Amino acid sequence: MRAAPRPFDLDAAWQVAPQVQVRPERFGALLYHFGTRQLSFLKSPVLLTVVRSLAEQPSARAACRAARVPDHELASYHRALATLAASRMICPREAA
Amino acid sequence: MTAAPAAVAQPLPLVEQFQYGLSAPICLTWELTYACNLSCVHCLSSSGRRDPRELTTAQCRAVIDELQRMQVFYVNIGGGEPTVRPDFWALLEYATAHDVGVKFSTNGVRITPGRARQLATSDYVDVQISLDGATAEVNDAVRGPGAYDTALRAMHNLADAGFAGFKISVTATRHNVGQLDQFQALADRLGAQLRITRLRPSGRGADVWDELHPTAAQQRQLYDWLAARGTRVLTGDSFFHLAACGAALPGLNLCGAGRVVCLIDPVGDVYACPFAIHDSFRAGSVLDPGGFAHVWRHSELFAGLRQPQTGGACRSCSAYDACRGGCMAAKFFTGLPLDGPDPECVMGHGERALAAMGTTPPPRPSGDHSHRAPRPVPLTLSRRPPVTACDSNPLAGFTPPGR
Repeated sequence: MRAAPRPFDLDAAWQVAPQVQVRPERFGALLYHFGTRQLSFLKSPVLLTVVRSLAEQPSARAACRAARVPDHELASYHRALATLAASRMICPREAA
Repeated sequence: MTAAPAAVAQPLPLVEQFQYGLSAPICLTWELTYACNLSCVHCLSSSGRRDPRELTTAQCRAVIDELQRMQVFYVNIGGGEPTVRPDFWALLEYATAHDVGVKFSTNGVRITPGRARQLATSDYVDVQISLDGATAEVNDAVRGPGAYDTALRAMHNLADAGFAGFKISVTATRHNVGQLDQFQALADRLGAQLRITRLRPSGRGADVWDELHPTAAQQRQLYDWLAARGTRVLTGDSFFHLAACGAALPGLNLCGAGRVVCLIDPVGDVYACPFAIHDSFRAGSVLDPGGFAHVWRHSELFAGLRQPQTGGACRSCSAYDACRGGCMAAKFFTGLPLDGPDPECVMGHGERALAAMGTTPPPRPSGDHSHRAPRPVPLTLSRRPPVTACDSNPLAGFTPPGR
């Protein structure tokens, strides 16, 4: 059983979890976590761009900005990323 | 399948997107051999004897390479009994070393304490032990004498090795629906997860379906039991026809044939789903030019399955949006039209359709690898003593005239 997910910090640095594979699809992408054996879906190609760039961007907010997510849609991307963090598809990146 | 979609608005619901197909299957079943030590009466692939055309080790490796290129995350390996292939453990290792996770189904015959310890160390391997009765009496009536003890021994070996969350896989039948709580207790005791799937009239299952498939009242009981457990119990998305009972059970709730699932059989033929081993649902072969990827992406059969379905006779039913007409294979092998009701339609339309069908026999599976009764005697007869201690070839020591 997982603990209740913490609020997702858009200003922290994130990355795709090491045990996760990302497969692009027409509608966005499929994610699979080999550790939890869970599947997840990214329901838009822009969200895929955001997720893929997490590791290179200083923060999740910067990744959204780089992918040109409009301000009025930021809240829904925030929710999507929080869902991915809660299912351990993405994880915090340790400060280098 | 457990699936957690990450939101963000988009034009079509995900399930509708899936109906138009994916770049690769989500859930690929690969039956490695038709050979099996058991002769379960409901075997969906009519397994028993090995087929001489079964893929070689090298061909299997080439398939795995291709699955890796296509980013197929994991394969469900079955058979037959896959672990009786001498190269099974090597192929398992090859797949996981190439980013293809493996969940394999076994009756447990080769899950020794040593193998169990080895399996427990890998994140990329999941094991599913088949058990069709919570008691030896109910299980062995379907799976054969001794099958219960074999399965339980394997489960204990896995539990003792610390393999948490291995699966106990149950095909729901008329005789075991009353044992659901006992199955759950067994799973809890062993730290395993229960998986309950639907009996299909596929393979030898066609011969016993009438006697074994759950009654209408039992289907309701099964639905209520599963609905109360949510994602704790896996179903392989196999009960979407029961969505017409009320809220849908967890899962994608669609027929994934050729859209999100398919089958590679032991000789490399690709079928729309594991329950549809029949020429009508054969899309091609992994040995064709272009291999599996070409079959998945370009087969005419799969292209047809990815078109919107009409719903046919079910269209006017209030439950159609929930059950989507049910299981294609269940309809096909009971002789019902594919655009009509499922034989186990909870509204009773399937039963009426079956009663009205008359005497036309339903289609038979294309292959049959069942053991021939009585089972062959494992003895090699020879009239001459072998030329050397290890050469019993009848042509050994024979030189053709004129050489």
